[in-house]
Amino acid sequence: MRFVFKTRYEQDLRLWRHNGDLIGYGIFLAALLALPIFAGVYYVGEANLWLIYSIAAMGLMIAVGFTGMASLGHSAFLGIGAYTHAYLLQNGVPFLVSLPLGGLLAGAIGVAVGLPTLRMHGIYLAIATLAVALITQEVMSKWSSVTGGFDGLPVAAPDFLSIQPEAMYQGEWFSVGGLHVGWVELWSPVSLYYICIAVLVLAALIARNLLRSPTGRAFVAIRDSEISAQSMGIHLAYYKTTAFGISAFVTGLAGGLFAHQISHLAPDAFNIFISIELLLICVVGGIGTIQGAVLGAAFLIMLRSFIPIMRDEVTAGAGGVEFLAGLVRFVNSPGLEAAIFGALLVLFIIFEPMGLYGRWLKVKTYFDLFPLYKKSTFARQKSYVKTERLR
Amino acid sequence: MTFFKADKLAIHFGGVKAVDGVDFEIEEGEIFTIIGPNGAGKTTIFNLISRIYEPTEGKLIFNDEDITNTAPHLIAGRGIARTFQNIELFEQATVLQNLLIGRHAHRSGTLLANIFFLPSTRRAELAHREEVEKVIEFLDLARYRDQRIANLPYGVRKVVELGRALCTEPKLLLLDEPSSGLNVEETSDMAFWIKDIRDLLGISVLMVEHDMSLVNRVSDRVLALNYGRVLTLGSPSEVQSNEEVIRAYLGG
Ligand SMILES: Nc1ncnc2c1ncn2[C@@H]1O[C@H](COP(=O)(O)OP(=O)(O)OP(=O)(O)O)[C@@H](O)[C@H]1O
Ligand SMILES: [Mg+2]
Repeated sequence: MRFVFKTRYEQDLRLWRHNGDLIGYGIFLAALLALPIFAGVYYVGEANLWLIYSIAAMGLMIAVGFTGMASLGHSAFLGIGAYTHAYLLQNGVPFLVSLPLGGLLAGAIGVAVGLPTLRMHGIYLAIATLAVALITQEVMSKWSSVTGGFDGLPVAAPDFLSIQPEAMYQGEWFSVGGLHVGWVELWSPVSLYYICIAVLVLAALIARNLLRSPTGRAFVAIRDSEISAQSMGIHLAYYKTTAFGISAFVTGLAGGLFAHQISHLAPDAFNIFISIELLLICVVGGIGTIQGAVLGAAFLIMLRSFIPIMRDEVTAGAGGVEFLAGLVRFVNSPGLEAAIFGALLVLFIIFEPMGLYGRWLKVKTYFDLFPLYKKSTFARQKSYVKTERLR
Repeated sequence: MTFFKADKLAIHFGGVKAVDGVDFEIEEGEIFTIIGPNGAGKTTIFNLISRIYEPTEGKLIFNDEDITNTAPHLIAGRGIARTFQNIELFEQATVLQNLLIGRHAHRSGTLLANIFFLPSTRRAELAHREEVEKVIEFLDLARYRDQRIANLPYGVRKVVELGRALCTEPKLLLLDEPSSGLNVEETSDMAFWIKDIRDLLGISVLMVEHDMSLVNRVSDRVLALNYGRVLTLGSPSEVQSNEEVIRAYLGG
């Protein structure tokens, strides 16, 4: 059983809860940094996708998890970040300027969308933001002079840093294991990987800082009870708009990284399905937690690579068998991913509302308490009913 | 000077005249109680003062200022805090976080200072924490500090909600049925706290309450309400012996 002794108020303002946590995060970060030394380029590419989805979902988490605003529009913010960044890069703007600009434009559009729609709640807000996603995709395909229309927009490789996993370099400053850091004009997944880590750390810091300051507390208050948030002096419209803006900004940053990941932008890459994936990450990872975004993204990426493998296996194994033809047709049906994701979303909401991160905390508590754990430790007390809720 | 005054306050929901021309005045330092049968319009008066409802008619004066058109989120900053009949806490947050949200009206600093958690934000947070700890000490909430509201029993939630209202440093505190759902012991604690809030913290209290023994113990004046209209106003014993009040409660 762990007791966290606190002797100063500052201890509650730290980024971690206790030294054990700090060591845990340290090891996690060290393992992340070391990954390209051991893993091949393919795995680094998959890891990039994981990190980018983590960042994008962290953005969505600020709206959905912290403030309680459903959004199906975050594919649009990812896209706005990606297109802005790629367009600016193409026009000679340096990477370190164009990436945040992409985020800022996404954030600004988030605020603009937020202002008229934030009076809505739940499903209505989801539908309004869905419309934003569809309109944005339409703009991407029609505004050819900037976006390249259906032909798409190639993403220029930035040349300020190069980190190579193989010996394809002209010269190097140093190398660790199979990893070479040098000055070759070749952009690789590994370069992107380290930038993703930096942005992920930044996004997590933003989210954590929000949560330990009045702004983030106002978000949480709005999520849990708008009426008493208002009575405590919280300006609902202002904070909802702010939350949506910051949320869109972070997802927009992820968009810029995503542009490099897919290296050629087309409107199709930012369809509504991405929004659903991001929502799934938040719910599966653990709604309202920062760690949940990272865990949920890992889950999603693994699931996404598992589905085609399973499809091939089933097709190969049952292909010739007459009575399994239906099964083969089923696993090869085009909407299968969406159906699985949708089903998972519902199952998690019903059976594991605290998500994977919540499950992890429960496992930790189980070992902390070991012989004393009882089943009802996490049973929620429902000692009264809300009858007179105004909202 | 007028501390608080409701002037011909009225609100109609379609045909229902929930509050229908109510006049009363609260002196600074007073514990003022509104009683009345279910549906009399007591909570509606609170919602009007919190500016959640728009009055159909009438005026609200607080500290000589007309607050009839003040935005709802500015009411806390003016010095009016409230609790809710059915408890409206931030359920997924801890007690400490709930109380800190009570400090919202006193926050300073910009959004960017928050995002980067600049030293100014850190200093402000520590100052707010000091204030919150005073309330935790006052209401004896220390052992629940880091617990989530969702895990707390009803009686404790009631106290946390009272604490959250105190954290806004109000001049006038609105309590909607502070003793409902509490057992005898908790109710008597609540009575002591309400008295202490007035005597030690100097906060005036406007309370809605059904428990007559609690009303008798703490109230200076009592207003009886029925069908949105004032029946009578006076000392607790006067009001309870009033014919009309007795009839209203017996449903006559
Ligand atoms: N938003 C609303 N829309 C329509 N009618 C309302 C609304 N709010 C309150 N009312 C009506 O106004 C009347 C007074 O309600 P109120 O909640 O103020 O009663 P109360 O005195 O607090 O009763 P209780 O003791 O049960 O809490 C009731 O008839 C109620 O139905
Ligand atoms: Mg009521």
